[in-house]
Amino acid sequence: MKASWLIALLAMLVAGLGWGPAFADPFPTIPKAKGERCVEDPQYMRRNHMDILRHQRDDTMRLGIRTTKHSLKECVSCHAVDGKDGKPVTVKSSQHFCSSCHEFAAVDIDCFACHASTPEAKR
Amino acid sequence: MSATTSRRAFLASASAAVATLAPGITLIAAQAKPADQPASSAVRWGMLIDTTRCSQDCSACVGACNVENGLGSHGRPQTDPQWIRKVDLTSKRTGQKLSLPVMCQHCEKPPCVDVCPTGASFKRQDGIVLVDRHICIGCRYCMMACPYKARSFVHESLENQRPHQPRGKGCVEGCTLCAHRVDEGKLPACAEACASGAILFGDLNDPKSEIAQKLRTLPTTQIRPELKLNTAVRYGGLSI
Amino acid sequence: MKTVAYREVEAMTTGWWMLMGALAAFTSLGLLAAFYMEHNGHWVTGMTNQIVWGLPHVFAVFLIVAASGALNVASISSVFGRTAYKPLAPLSALLAVSLLAGGLTVLLLDLGRPDRLMVAMTKYNFRSIFAWNVILYSGFFGIVVVYMWTMMDRRMKSFSKPAGFAAFAWRLILTTGTGSIFGFLVARTPYDSAVMAPMFIAMSFSFGLAVFILVVFASSEMTNRPLGDALVRRLKNLLGVFIAAVLYFVTVQQLTGLYVAEKRDAVVFLLTNGGIFTVLFWMVQIGLGALLPLALLFAPPTAMNRPAIGLAAILVILGGIAQVYVIIIGGQAYPMPLFPGFEVTSSFFDGQVNTYVPSGPEAFLGVSGFAVAMLLVAFASTVFRFLPESLADEVVDPHCVAKARK
Repeated sequence: MKASWLIALLAMLVAGLGWGPAFADPFPTIPKAKGERCVEDPQYMRRNHMDILRHQRDDTMRLGIRTTKHSLKECVSCHAVDGKDGKPVTVKSSQHFCSSCHEFAAVDIDCFACHASTPEAKR
Repeated sequence: MSATTSRRAFLASASAAVATLAPGITLIAAQAKPADQPASSAVRWGMLIDTTRCSQDCSACVGACNVENGLGSHGRPQTDPQWIRKVDLTSKRTGQKLSLPVMCQHCEKPPCVDVCPTGASFKRQDGIVLVDRHICIGCRYCMMACPYKARSFVHESLENQRPHQPRGKGCVEGCTLCAHRVDEGKLPACAEACASGAILFGDLNDPKSEIAQKLRTLPTTQIRPELKLNTAVRYGGLSI
Repeated sequence: MKTVAYREVEAMTTGWWMLMGALAAFTSLGLLAAFYMEHNGHWVTGMTNQIVWGLPHVFAVFLIVAASGALNVASISSVFGRTAYKPLAPLSALLAVSLLAGGLTVLLLDLGRPDRLMVAMTKYNFRSIFAWNVILYSGFFGIVVVYMWTMMDRRMKSFSKPAGFAAFAWRLILTTGTGSIFGFLVARTPYDSAVMAPMFIAMSFSFGLAVFILVVFASSEMTNRPLGDALVRRLKNLLGVFIAAVLYFVTVQQLTGLYVAEKRDAVVFLLTNGGIFTVLFWMVQIGLGALLPLALLFAPPTAMNRPAIGLAAILVILGGIAQVYVIIIGGQAYPMPLFPGFEVTSSFFDGQVNTYVPSGPEAFLGVSGFAVAMLLVAFASTVFRFLPESLADEVVDPHCVAKARK
């Protein structure tokens, strides 16, 4: 008896997933970057980008090492997504490369309280 | 002499090793640092400000700093940040008038670094005093401790920061001596913008640098010398 | 001496709900104010790039200083063996940790990045007196909690004396640290003095005891517990001594300032033409906060009058807040002497006396520190046995009663 209830419940859940646009795609849509390939293997980046950025941040801030390979500035510029107005969207938009995934994972990003989340427009 | 030519004349005289490649791009060939190398303690960056060349109605250095570092005004002078400011002086004794820029003096023994509870205030190997905003908690003790009022607190949320100069609400900030430019071998924005050649930037540790030579021959002083902080910014034509 | 009996405060009575409700309301107001300040940034406060520390710091420093002073009664009983104070020792320790918690809450909520509390707790710059204070505060909590345990658990009684010693030593170091936050600042002429550390210790004795007296009065009144004249007399005499000690240090501080040419202008500014700071110094700190309480405590008509003693304690607190205000805000208002011998002007307010107009939110945040402290005291004495059943003369000091009868 109990088992049949469970099965019914599960069936409803599964049906629910496919029901309505909110559940249509359970995964984040990650915008494509401009460059050919990322500075590290994408799988590796997905798991470790925060450590790479933190390492680079301390090197640059404290020591003055300014290599570009792991710099946040380069990430932001290569992964910039243009909005409807043709300008790159800021981190406030869900289309922003960082936001698309961080919103899905519900992880707050502190970087862009200070760092620019878009490449600089030509002056 | 026009402003441009006098500036060129200054740059040409500044150092044999300085070359102007294109407008706005000045290389200090001898001191350019490879990107993958850390700042070196063999170097100590500093400035010599010749107050006799600094005019009261010129604030080009301030404007250049604001543009370079993306410092906007919110129309609230009490809380708007100022990394560099023009100070006008009138001697109480002689009535002599002076004008000079004051910014972070990049002390050898910076009180802001001593008092910072987390170590966010720190001095780079090459003597540049910076705030690491990643670990600044915004307690403002460094602002209490700085003898030069050189630091500002970011009093509001910011947008449109320059990518090379991250800044944000709740942290303390101040002149970075344009570390991002210096690392690329460029002059700090204020020094580059100073048409009268009043701001001379260079390596205090290199006896052959123009700044070191001038410091040896000209009478110069630091602000609040009695504190013995051995500042990297020195002033000529000012007697305290 | 009889064994002292302790009893919890009875919960859920109308009075209890009213007290707790009022304190909780004030605490929430402070939290709301902090959220408002953090959300908008500090431009909505009266604090600026010139007056970088404002009312929250005044209240936080007052509470932290008072916290270590509130421990005095316990120290006098454990360290100096004065048994009359023993019944109040646990309350004294409780008030100490509560005031410290209140002060630190305010200090934390005023940070530019309060979300980085973890950074403050894990990254230390050992040259920073501020970092040392973080360690001293945490240590104070630990030591005083252990001290309370030794006082309140019979099995731990034998450790009470060493714990009391440790707490007493720690609190002296802690207040030295708090005073040195200002004493170590060479940049600003009005600070930069070694006398700050001992003066802050005297201030802590005075402010802490004033708060303590009020808490004892209020709790015995609200919970209908007897409070005899013997203890009141001791407490108010002690307060008088502490007020005098603070006056002494203030005099020394100002006199040395007047003597040293470098500091003279700053002291003359404060004492004669410093506007609000001169008024606060003479009228509130010295007049209302020291001289009037001394008169109330020792003039025969009011000397043993409870409302007058309570008023004296309130005045000491007001005077204390004024004193901390004059130290912290006044010290920043006075222009920094970058170019002595010159008239100075700039867009960054060089050479000017800086003005400070506190905003509502920062005032609420500051005052809520008191609410947090009192909420903790009220809650803890409801849950644990902090308050003695009676402070009548025969409980406190049998000899005194015997003498009085003769």
